[in-house]
Order: sequence, then structure tokens, then C-alpha cells
Amino acid sequence: MWSYEKRLQFPVNIKEPNAKLAQVIISQYGGPDGEMGASMRYLSQRYSMPFKEVAGLLTDIGTEELGHLEMVATIVHQLTRDLSMEEIEKSGFANYYVDHTIGVWPQAAGGVPFNACEFQVKGDIITDLHESMAAEQKARSTYDNILRLIKDPDVCEPIKFLRAREIVHYQRFGEALRIAQDHLNSRNFYAFNPGFDRCDSCET
Amino acid sequence: MNSEEKMLHDIGIADFVLTDLMLYLDTHPTDRNAMEYFNHYARIKTQMEREFSREYYPLRKDLAESNKEWRWGNAPLPWEGGCN
Repeated sequence: MWSYEKRLQFPVNIKEPNAKLAQVIISQYGGPDGEMGASMRYLSQRYSMPFKEVAGLLTDIGTEELGHLEMVATIVHQLTRDLSMEEIEKSGFANYYVDHTIGVWPQAAGGVPFNACEFQVKGDIITDLHESMAAEQKARSTYDNILRLIKDPDVCEPIKFLRAREIVHYQRFGEALRIAQDHLNSRNFYAFNPGFDRCDSCET
Repeated sequence: MNSEEKMLHDIGIADFVLTDLMLYLDTHPTDRNAMEYFNHYARIKTQMEREFSREYYPLRKDLAESNKEWRWGNAPLPWEGGCN
């Protein structure tokens, strides 16, 4: 289960609305490499992870990603909460506004709605951990791209924080992969899938 | 920064240390220095949260004991910039 803390993981206090930036940053809410996919990926992958230290890490990183999801939503909300009708029309925000007003809804910057196909649960620990590591790098690249578009320091600081966390998570997942491989047959890591195969002769 | 903001800022720092150390300890479960560091910050965070809850509002439901008014429901919302 989960318990909620009524604060953000890192402060977000944006004073200037900016609908253009909100339309870009929303990709980290519901886009292909966003925090919704990140949290759902790790929290779903953990059920087929037979090694408890790695399943624990997936839970803890997945939980932190829920906090990042809240930060990204907060950034989008604060960038759009004081928009005038004129700004909505001028900034190209009208297409989003017509369906969601200024509510926060998971979609990519290009308007594609969030879809579970943004992430995978293969049920194979080596495949899933590589997917998780790749996901952290994809999110890091997205934050790099976002940072090139930002001038406002109020938006820049929380995005820089989120970017740094992707790098730490990548490091931890790399260690998790090593831990998982330490449990496997070093002559052939792919000899069997410990999350599925049951064979007495397999080393566990 | 007023004293409420300062205290919340410090809680955020302590919690960040705990989060980062938790992930590190997940993959380095025998690092005793890291555990000592973790224990130290865990104590600090718990103490600061209790104090913050007494002075201002509860950050977690188990700190939300209320008498006249439901304190949890009346706490500021994080996404409005109130709680960070």
C-alpha cells in the first residue's frame, strides 16, 4: 500500500504562466518517456522479479516516480493556472483547452494520449531491467531537450532536479542488473528465466 | 523565507537524503556507514515532521490528530505551491 506526504519532493513555485512550455513539459506527465510510464513500469515489473532486493528497488524507484509525476503535474498546473483567454489563443493552447480546459491530463507533447504501450513488462528479469535502464536514459534525454527550451529559473530548477534523479536511478538499476546476474548461471545468463522456468538442474 | 517555509525546506532536504540513501542501500545492503547516515537523518526527519505538524499542519495522516477542525483536510495543497 502507499501513504501520502502532503508536500512535493522538490519545491515548485512558478510565478509566470507559459502555455507553450506547459505543452512541452506535459510530455513528462503522459508522454512516451514520462513519469506515468516510469512509475507504472517499475511498479508492474516487480511482480515477476524473483529476487527480493531487486523487487524492493523497483518498488522504491516506482514510488519516487509517483512523486515525480506529481512534480511534473504541478509544473504544468502552475504554468497554466493564470492563463487569459487571449494567451490561450495566441500560444497554441486552444487545442488542449477545448478538451481539458486547464486541467492536467496525461498526454504527450504532440497530443497523443498516455497508453500502457509506452512501457513493457516482459516477465523476464534481464529484459525488464534493460527496459528500465533504457527508460531512465530516455527520460534524461527528454529533460535535456526540455531544458534547452526553458528560460524561466522557476521552471528550470525542478526540471534539473528530475533530470539528476534519472541518472541516479539508471545507476541503481545497473547495480540491480548485476545483482540479478549474480543469482544466475554466469556461463549463460539466458539459460532460463527464473521468473518463469522451474527446473531442478538450473542454478538459482 | 519565513519559519514555516524554512522548516518545510529542511524536511525536504532530510527526506531527500533518506530517499537517495534508501535506493543506495537497496543495492548496497551491508554498507554500515550509509546505514548510520540513514538512521541519523531518519531521526531528524521524524522530529522535524512532528514539530511542523504541531506548529502548522500535518504532512502525513498519522500526524493529523485533530480536535475542533480536521487538520489534514485543511492543509495547503502541494501543487498550489503551499507545501514546498
